[in-house]
Amino acid sequence: MDWGTLQAVLGGVNKHSTSIGKIWLTVLFIFRIMILVVAAEKVWGDEQDDFVCNTLQPGCRNVCYDHFFPISHIRLWALQLIFVSTPALLVAMHVAYTRHEKKRRFRNGEKIDIEEIKNEKIHIRGPLWWTYTSSIFFRIVFEAVFMYVFYYMYDGYQMPRLVKCEAWPCPNTVDCFVSRPTEKTTFTIFMLAVSGICMMLNLAELSYLVIKICMKESRKTT
Amino acid sequence: MNWAGLYTVLSGVNRHSTAIGRIWLSVIFIFRIMVLVVAAESVWGDEKSAFTCNTQQPGCNSVCFDHFFPISHIRLWALQLILVTTPALLVAMHVAYQQHQEKKLLMLRGHADAKHMEEVKKHKMRIAGSLWWTYVCSVVFRLLFEAVFMYIFYMLYPGYQMMRLVKCEAYPCPNTVDCFISRPTEKTIFTVFMLVTSSVCIILNMAELVYLVVRACARRSQHHSNPSSGKGSFYGHKHSSEYKQNEINQLLTEQDGSLKDMLRRNSGLQEKGDRCSAC
Repeated sequence: MDWGTLQAVLGGVNKHSTSIGKIWLTVLFIFRIMILVVAAEKVWGDEQDDFVCNTLQPGCRNVCYDHFFPISHIRLWALQLIFVSTPALLVAMHVAYTRHEKKRRFRNGEKIDIEEIKNEKIHIRGPLWWTYTSSIFFRIVFEAVFMYVFYYMYDGYQMPRLVKCEAWPCPNTVDCFVSRPTEKTTFTIFMLAVSGICMMLNLAELSYLVIKICMKESRKTT
Repeated sequence: MNWAGLYTVLSGVNRHSTAIGRIWLSVIFIFRIMVLVVAAESVWGDEKSAFTCNTQQPGCNSVCFDHFFPISHIRLWALQLILVTTPALLVAMHVAYQQHQEKKLLMLRGHADAKHMEEVKKHKMRIAGSLWWTYVCSVVFRLLFEAVFMYIFYMLYPGYQMMRLVKCEAYPCPNTVDCFISRPTEKTIFTVFMLVTSSVCIILNMAELVYLVVRACARRSQHHSNPSSGKGSFYGHKHSSEYKQNEINQLLTEQDGSLKDMLRRNSGLQEKGDRCSAC
């Protein structure tokens, strides 16, 4: 089970999304997951091995690394991507449930073409609208939470070249050097920018859905 | 055979699960297996190479690592996930057996054409009768495996927290030696995450068990109060697949009953599971 399987699972959801939703999914897969897998993982690959401290004290390097990097950027991004893509499954479950209900009504005697049920495009209205809007809302919340966690954990989005460590068993204060800080900063800012774009796409989709429903309601009343 | 292969195998089972079962399967694949593969494995990747002891004594490093980590978290989680997902295969086997019986019956009745065979393969099995018992057993086993592994984790790694430092006295380490573990905070975070998802899965399994039992009791009481309803209650189109399926189910049970009668007459034994406890 890896990113490829997640792509297969989410590809199915794509069918019932709005156009903005489809763009969002493409951005997610190409500019975030793919960049993570082909580039970022290699940049952070030697993060602990090449974390060098100016001491021969055994254990000092491990402790300092753990102190300054409680959870690696790569893992945080992986978790962020998993959490941000899963609300779409709520929509998939709702669509499957709607189809199941239609099949049940067909079984009970109503005249519905069973082949059509499978192929028809589901319109985003009624309870599905609420599920869809909730899923977008959760996506936005997860994106924002992870961006905040990043900011809080790493004091901004820049990777320092040098960190000064005083944790036991390091003697006094020890200078420790982070490997590839500039490259890491570049990728952090890139992932941040794409995360921002995804959030804007989600906000745009939310506004679009709300405006569409308001227009429908006003057309009904006039 | 890897996680993707397991996913293919279990996706087939998905069709015959309850809604809660499908949610459980999604949680397992997305929040446990996927997190294990894309994140946790790289956190534990250098657990031995970056395990440093404050000594130059050869062999001390290896001995202390082995003493404090008899089996790695990653391997324990992999075993847990495999054992927890496999009871679903019992259900798959039972469904395959039932489909085989239906095909045999269709052949006996002369409907052995490709269209009917396809229908048998495609339609969703109702979780009733012996399939209900198989399904409930699989859920019980899942719960049991989850609980056992959570207990093993707790016994091996008390408190689910990863220490930064462990003090080792095993031979050949001289006296007491400080050993430092790599990435303890990240490991603790992932251990807690996996623990939380494990608990979520336990709750889903318990909910599914309760749902199945309640549904079976409701059906039973409905059957007692209204004996004409039950198997033949789907008065849909005569040519609908569901109506045909109910016909087949009825015939199967009758055939099953007659087989049982034959056995009873021959061996003189009373069939225990004769009553339809969850129809």
